[in-house]
Amino acid sequence: MPYAFYRLQRAAHHKDFKRPHPEPPDARIFSASGSGGTRKIKIVRRVLDVNEQIAARNRRRFAQHGVFVLNVMSSPGSGKTTLLEKTLARIASCIPCAVVVGDICTTHDADRLAVSGVPVVQINTDLFGGDCHLAAHVIESAVAEMELDGIRLLIVENIGNLVCPAEFDIGEDARVVVLSVTEGEDKPLKYPLMFRVCDAAILNKTDLLPHLDVDADAAVNNILKIHPDMPVFALSSKTEDGFDPWIGWLEEMVHHKQSHTDSQGL
Amino acid sequence: MHEMGIALEIIDIAAASIPADLAGVQVKTVNLKVGKLAAIVPESLRFCFTVATKNGPLDGAELVIEEIPVRARCEHCRHEWHVEGPAFRCPQCDAGRITLLSGRELNIESIEIID
Repeated sequence: MPYAFYRLQRAAHHKDFKRPHPEPPDARIFSASGSGGTRKIKIVRRVLDVNEQIAARNRRRFAQHGVFVLNVMSSPGSGKTTLLEKTLARIASCIPCAVVVGDICTTHDADRLAVSGVPVVQINTDLFGGDCHLAAHVIESAVAEMELDGIRLLIVENIGNLVCPAEFDIGEDARVVVLSVTEGEDKPLKYPLMFRVCDAAILNKTDLLPHLDVDADAAVNNILKIHPDMPVFALSSKTEDGFDPWIGWLEEMVHHKQSHTDSQGL
Repeated sequence: MHEMGIALEIIDIAAASIPADLAGVQVKTVNLKVGKLAAIVPESLRFCFTVATKNGPLDGAELVIEEIPVRARCEHCRHEWHVEGPAFRCPQCDAGRITLLSGRELNIESIEIID
């Protein structure tokens, strides 16, 4: 895989990141009713309608290229970047990968991930107000110039935040939440939406367990209270202890999409 | 944390919904449905809405938020229930495969304008 590292420049791409505006609602959905000098205009529209339309467009583009897109989310400092460094080291020789990294500021994570040799795009959300999540239009801009042909797995490392990214579809195929044992076992209960919308969870930094008063089983049970039957991979990104089941799950997901794409003749 | 962005989306949609022949009309309320599971803090959203509507077509409008409870259906025994706490297993048969029927809404329902 040739080394390639794109950095979205503040000035050059600022225009691309302007918040897209919704189309005016269809006139047919207007219905007016009057009472006491006021009139109600019915709208019935999802507030994130525009984001969802762009996410659908992203999803179509990814499907055309047979790219499996993984959205990785967590609170800051849970070990997403280390997890991805180790994951890429294991799979990038067999599965052509690319990465989009979101941070409010700095290119530290992209610099670390570029060492793997896969194409990396860094998004800095301070370009548009320090957004706390990656929205679909940001992903659309980030991958616009990326050569997707031949890429099988696109990993999106979302902004560190357990709240907002859960609400924004970016056109991904699967979502993974990373929780580190140092965050405490109760976080899934405090941030239920994140654990509800994800397809798999990683309990990271298990190498630290001997030094902590944290009950890893309780953390896993709390994840399963919010999302029963969800795969949970307890592992250490540092030592790679427990890594095999996670890699196996990811490879299976990528191959499943690939075979689906082949059978659809896309 | 993203309440300001959400408020701006709401304002865009609401402003675009005012029919052209009523341009300049005063908007009294913007009515929103927010599921209890949505990642939105209503107080924060109301604050952002008030700030972001200043001097625009929705200046003075009130954001009325109806909170929608979380309801789920068990895909094993078809039981439906209100999800009260952070527990998403069927209370009847303990199955984990459930479908959320409501609770994730973030919908703008209507606006009320003063004639």
